[in-house]
Amino acid sequence: MNRAALLFAALLVILLPLSLLAGRVWLDPFTDPRASLILMELRLPRALLAIVIGAGLGAAGAAMQGYLRNPLADPGLFGIAPMAALGAVASLWLGVSASQWTLPVMALAGAALGMALLAIIAGRTGGIALFTLAGLMIASLAGALTALAITLAPSAFAMSEIVMWLNGALTDRSWRDVYLAAPLVLAGIALLGIKARSLDALTLGEVAARSMGARADLLLALLVGGVGLTVGASVAVAGIIGFVGLIVPHLVRPLTDRLPSSLILPSALAGACLVLAADSVVRILPLVTELRLGIALSLLGAPFFLWLLLKMRRGRL
Amino acid sequence: MILCADNISLSRGARLVLDQVSVRLEPGKITAICGANGAGKSSLLMALAGLLETKVGCVLLAENELSGLHPQIRAQRIGYLPQEAEIAWDVAVENLVRLGRMPYRDRGDAAVEAAIAALDLEGLRHRPASQLSGGEKARALLARVLAGEPQWILADEPLAALDLAHQQTLLSHLRKAANAGAGVVIVMHDLATAMNHADRVIVLSEDEFAGHVAADGAPEEALSAHNIKRVWGVDARWIGEPGARALMTY
Repeated sequence: MNRAALLFAALLVILLPLSLLAGRVWLDPFTDPRASLILMELRLPRALLAIVIGAGLGAAGAAMQGYLRNPLADPGLFGIAPMAALGAVASLWLGVSASQWTLPVMALAGAALGMALLAIIAGRTGGIALFTLAGLMIASLAGALTALAITLAPSAFAMSEIVMWLNGALTDRSWRDVYLAAPLVLAGIALLGIKARSLDALTLGEVAARSMGARADLLLALLVGGVGLTVGASVAVAGIIGFVGLIVPHLVRPLTDRLPSSLILPSALAGACLVLAADSVVRILPLVTELRLGIALSLLGAPFFLWLLLKMRRGRL
Repeated sequence: MILCADNISLSRGARLVLDQVSVRLEPGKITAICGANGAGKSSLLMALAGLLETKVGCVLLAENELSGLHPQIRAQRIGYLPQEAEIAWDVAVENLVRLGRMPYRDRGDAAVEAAIAALDLEGLRHRPASQLSGGEKARALLARVLAGEPQWILADEPLAALDLAHQQTLLSHLRKAANAGAGVVIVMHDLATAMNHADRVIVLSEDEFAGHVAADGAPEEALSAHNIKRVWGVDARWIGEPGARALMTY
C-alpha cells in the first residue's frame, strides 16, 4: 500500500463515523434511544453504499485515464454509464420498476449491453482510438434514447421519476442496494487491478507497451469488464453520479509516482471519501428538499474541470 | 540466439511495405538498417521485435517462431525502442527506467542502476519527464530498454535526438552490450555513423511495389558509393580511413 492509499484510508476512517452522525438531525448515539435503529437501517447502509460507489468510480476513473493516457478521461466516456442509465430509464418508463430488483437489474443489463457493443465494435485489435470513438458513439446513442424516453414519457409522474433518478442520489437506500452493488464493484476493482502494470507500460505508448509484454486484447477485456462492473453497479443503485472518476485521480496523482498502477487503490479510497463526504454534506444543507448527490458533485466537478483545462493551457499538466 | 526474418512480407493497411525479405541476424554484432524514407526500415524492425504481424513468412528467434512465444518471454529476450519518444505521465526518470523490468515482474535494482549509470542519468534520476530535454528523454527511454537486459536490443533511430557527445556514449554502450553477447539492431539515417560503428548494414530500398533488401553486408560494401547512388539517387564519396569515414555528397 503506498503513501497516498494510507492517507486516504486514514481519511476514510475519520469520515465514516462523522458521516454516520451527520444529518439534518445530528445523532447522539449515547442518549438517543433510536440511535441504533437509525444507524443500522438508514445511515450505515447509505454510508457503505457511498463508499462502495465512490471506490468503484474512483478506481474506474484512474484506470480509464491510464488506459487512454489522457488526464481528461472519465468512466462515462466508454458509454457504459449512459447505457446503464438507459436500462434503468427503460424500467421506469415501462413502469416495471415495481419490484425492487427490476430497476437495478435492468440497469446492469444496460451496462452489459454497452460492454458487449464495445467489444463487438472495437474488438480484439481495434486500438485505443477506435475504442474511444465507439464508446463516445454508444454514450451519445444512449443519451439520445434516454432523452427520447423522457420526451415520450407515458405520464408526468414517470417523467419526473426518470429525471429525478438520472440525477443520482443515495437517499432512502437500504442494505439490499449494498448487497447488490458491493460484490460487483469489488470484483470490478479487482479486475482493474490485475493488469495495472500493463497500464504503466502504456505510459510509453501502445507499441512500447506491447514490446514490454503487455497484451492489448487482455488489457482491454479486463478494463471493459472492470469499468462495466464498477460503473454499471453504481448507476444501478444510485443513478448517474458524474465527475468522481474524473476528479479523484487528479487529487491523488501528485501524491504518487504518477504511474497508473500506483493510482488505482488510492483513487478507490479517495473516491470513497469524496462521495461519502459529499453525501453527508447534501444531507446537512438546510434546503427544503435534499440536494441530489449527482447535482452536487457536478456543481463541484464542472468548475474543477475548467480549472484543469486552464492548467493544461498553461502547460502545467 | 539467432534472430531471423524468413521471407517475410509486411503490409500496413492496404499498402505492401516489405516484400519477401529475409535477414539472418547474429548476436554479438551491431547491425544497422538504412534506407530511404518509406523503404520499410521501421516496419522491418517492428516485425523483428514481434510487434507487426507478417502477411507471409515468419520471424524466428533461436529457431522458434516469435509469434508463438509468450509475450512476456519475448519481452525478456527482445528489447524494443520505438521512434516516438512518448511519455504520457510526468514520471521521474528512475521510475521510467524501472518500467524496463516489467517483463520480469521484479524491481531489478542492479539492472536499473546499471542502465542509469550507462546513460549518464544519475543526476536526472528524480527529474520528472516533463522537465527533460529531447536528448535526456531519449537517453531515459533507451535506459528503460537496457534495464530489461534483453538479448536483442532493437532501436528505431535512437541517435536522432542526441548531441554528438551522447551519440558517442550511446554507441559505446551499445558496442559494450554487443561485445557482451547481445544482438543490436539500429535503424539509422546517418550513413557515416552506420559506416563507422556498425558491423553489418542492411540497406532497404523501395521499388514500385514494396520495400526490399537492396544491399546487405559489411558497411564498406553495403554502403558503397555505387549503392548510395542506386538507393538514394545521390552522388557521394567516402573519405578518410576505415572506422573514421566521412561522406561527401556532391
